[in-house]
Amino acid sequence: MSMLHTVNKSPFERNTLVSCLGHATAGSAILLIEDGVYGALEGTAHSDLLRGALADHSVYVLGPDLNARGMTDDQVIEGVSVVDYGGFVDLTEKHEKVQAWL
Amino acid sequence: MKYGILVNEGPYQHQASDTAYQFAKAVLDKGHELYRVFFYHDGVNNGTRFAVPPQDDRKIAELWSQMAEAHGTDLVVCIAAAQRRGLLDEGEAKRQGKDGNNIAPGFRISGLGQLIEAGIQCDRLVVFGD
Repeated sequence: MSMLHTVNKSPFERNTLVSCLGHATAGSAILLIEDGVYGALEGTAHSDLLRGALADHSVYVLGPDLNARGMTDDQVIEGVSVVDYGGFVDLTEKHEKVQAWL
Repeated sequence: MKYGILVNEGPYQHQASDTAYQFAKAVLDKGHELYRVFFYHDGVNNGTRFAVPPQDDRKIAELWSQMAEAHGTDLVVCIAAAQRRGLLDEGEAKRQGKDGNNIAPGFRISGLGQLIEAGIQCDRLVVFGD
């Protein structure tokens, strides 16, 4: 069973991204939304954490939330896919369960 | 596909209500069925028609009401969470001896059973919160 995990807080604020990556089984997808998008940025103290997750998971970031915070698609870690709200819906359709890490 | 949405956070708190609304809109735009949006905890504050945000700010409660009017979306507010936070409809105001009600158009007050039912009926239940 494949699962989609959503993380909505920055890894600099909470440990939900770390918890999520610690629990998510290989093959599950991770979508970073709201302040969670900071976890997708290249060149931060948490970049290696997410880069490591790319080996076992497909990782997505919500573009509108990235842009709302003044960041562009080219600032995210290579291998992370940028999606819009329609893409978010598609991901929930593709994966049987959606787990929000609140 | 049949979708249910759970909103656990109030509007203008962080971003959960906004994300839930944008997600709900995308669900409808894609032609899926939005079976129910359930508002729990501080999420019930999405359902007051007495909110008056600044002119240039987004009007979250109004957006939900408009969605309900346009698409017949079932917007359900948890009764226990609503009573704690002073959100009443006409019947509840009368029952509790209060002098008015403030529920926004398109919202209805009901119990947690509605959330459980949405979880059973829907293909996906997506949660937004703090």
